[in-house]
Amino acid sequence: MLLKGENIRFSYKGDDWVLKDVDISLKSGEVLGLIGDSGSGKSTLCKILSGYENNYQGNVSIDGKEIGKKGYNPVQLVFQHPEKAVNPKWKMKDILNEGHDVSQDILDSFGIKQAWFNRWPNELSGGELQRFALARALSPKTRFLIADEITTMVDTVTQAQIWNTVLDVAEEQNTGVLVVSHDKNLIKHLCHDTIHLDDINNV
Amino acid sequence: MENKAEINVEEGLNTEIEINEEFGNKLNVTSNKRPISELDSSTEEKKKTEALLKVEDISLSFTQYASGLRQTKLNIISNLSLEAHSGEILAVVGSSGSGKSLLAHAILGILPSNAKLDGKIEYKGRILTQEKKKELRGKEIALVPQSVNYLDPLMRISDQVIGDVAEEDEKLMKNLQRKIFQRYDLKPEVDKMLPHELSGGMARRVLVSTAIISSAKLIIADEPTPGLDEKTLNETLSYFKDMADNRCAVILITHDIEAALKISDKIAVFYAGTVLEVANARDFKNNGENLRHPYTRALWNALPQNGFQAIVGHQPMQDEVIDGCVFYERCSKKNDLCSRGIPLLKEIDGGVVRCNNAVSEEIPNSDETSSIHGHELKISAKEVKEV
Repeated sequence: MLLKGENIRFSYKGDDWVLKDVDISLKSGEVLGLIGDSGSGKSTLCKILSGYENNYQGNVSIDGKEIGKKGYNPVQLVFQHPEKAVNPKWKMKDILNEGHDVSQDILDSFGIKQAWFNRWPNELSGGELQRFALARALSPKTRFLIADEITTMVDTVTQAQIWNTVLDVAEEQNTGVLVVSHDKNLIKHLCHDTIHLDDINNV
Repeated sequence: MENKAEINVEEGLNTEIEINEEFGNKLNVTSNKRPISELDSSTEEKKKTEALLKVEDISLSFTQYASGLRQTKLNIISNLSLEAHSGEILAVVGSSGSGKSLLAHAILGILPSNAKLDGKIEYKGRILTQEKKKELRGKEIALVPQSVNYLDPLMRISDQVIGDVAEEDEKLMKNLQRKIFQRYDLKPEVDKMLPHELSGGMARRVLVSTAIISSAKLIIADEPTPGLDEKTLNETLSYFKDMADNRCAVILITHDIEAALKISDKIAVFYAGTVLEVANARDFKNNGENLRHPYTRALWNALPQNGFQAIVGHQPMQDEVIDGCVFYERCSKKNDLCSRGIPLLKEIDGGVVRCNNAVSEEIPNSDETSSIHGHELKISAKEVKEV
């Protein structure tokens, strides 16, 4: 499968383009790095690819077909701050199974403990919450994972734990992964290939 | 801004004195060559040995209602000790939920009312009471918060940087604010802006300015760098280096060990509410063989450029009761003793560690070269004194 964004343009106001004629493509099973300065439009591009931002010009498709607005979106986005991506009034088990019934395999590989299920989001640390957010996003129906700075807020040990698991699961499910980060060493270690948003963005 | 710093070094005394007259020593860009250091070298020597801030064996707990009227006590920080020295940057590194930010709140006296703080915090050799904290915070002790969210969204930038001042001082403060802004490359139109008009980088410079203008001696920066690109990151770090060069004590709270190593003198490693090790920045090299605690070594070796090795397990939950070492579950070197009682704090090779198995590993040769490299600042300060 191939996720493709073609001639993507986005602006908040008039001709002040955040993204201008950006082309990007991601294959199943590929791990692609995305680097760019603050404000270069990385997060905006992530939102466009995963269907969170609809007010853009250009084309986003999987194998040439537009992604349907209804049903499960095969392109899943995971954010930098998991605490902002969970409902604070839900218990962790409800948050976890929001999109699909997460398999025991995935829980085991992320090291998510049963004892955490009955806790509220504010009772877990950022690293633990991020594991839940990733398990929630990695349904078997997910074909592409967009990881927007997912380990920026955690320590190095947790970062290595999380990424080793994500890459294992992605390989098993043949998921394509877009890794967005400022950490060049991390990108170099994880990715097959890297694109620089400043180079492909014609602003 | 960087240019200006260089010019000062070359022009030497004249520029320095000019700035000194105008603003006291708030705005000194270089500290090593300043003439004053000769005059008060004796007092400076004293300061060197004595910590500006001394945190001794503090613990922090929260009282919570469990069910009905039953109360439970949640221990967040325990047996925590560290010191901050003038002219030095102490990085506090650890995972989220390890109690880093609460330490900052404890020093500033802004803990919530259900918190109970035990132990001793000393500032300039005197006990820092709640009244004293109130008096000093925002003045001698300043916080550089994480994001633009900490600015008042409805207040003009210059007004909130200056803060509440007496009418006769207003003009002086306005002048000072403009000078500081100029140094950080914030143009005059920024004065009249509202926070939402600032870019991320500008916001950071404004937050740094609020600490500088207060002429603080102790600066606590709480996660000032996450999500910054390399250029902005280095720029932000240079501001803190500047503050330390001007004899401030800086406590840099971060989970980004790489960023911390770029500028810090010492690194305190937090885990589950306590400090497991205080290491010198120069100890972080090769495979981490100079580091004293297995967790510090794990953090170092988990960096992508150092092998990306992840140890298994998790930091214990805040409500888990642990009898022995907090790292016991995940430690590869644990023995029977480690599960019984908290390991004592030991001093080893110029650092501190809380581990039963830590022993001194003297490697004289390599250590000597790296200390020269890592402590350029200190050595040049010494040179000045000898002259």
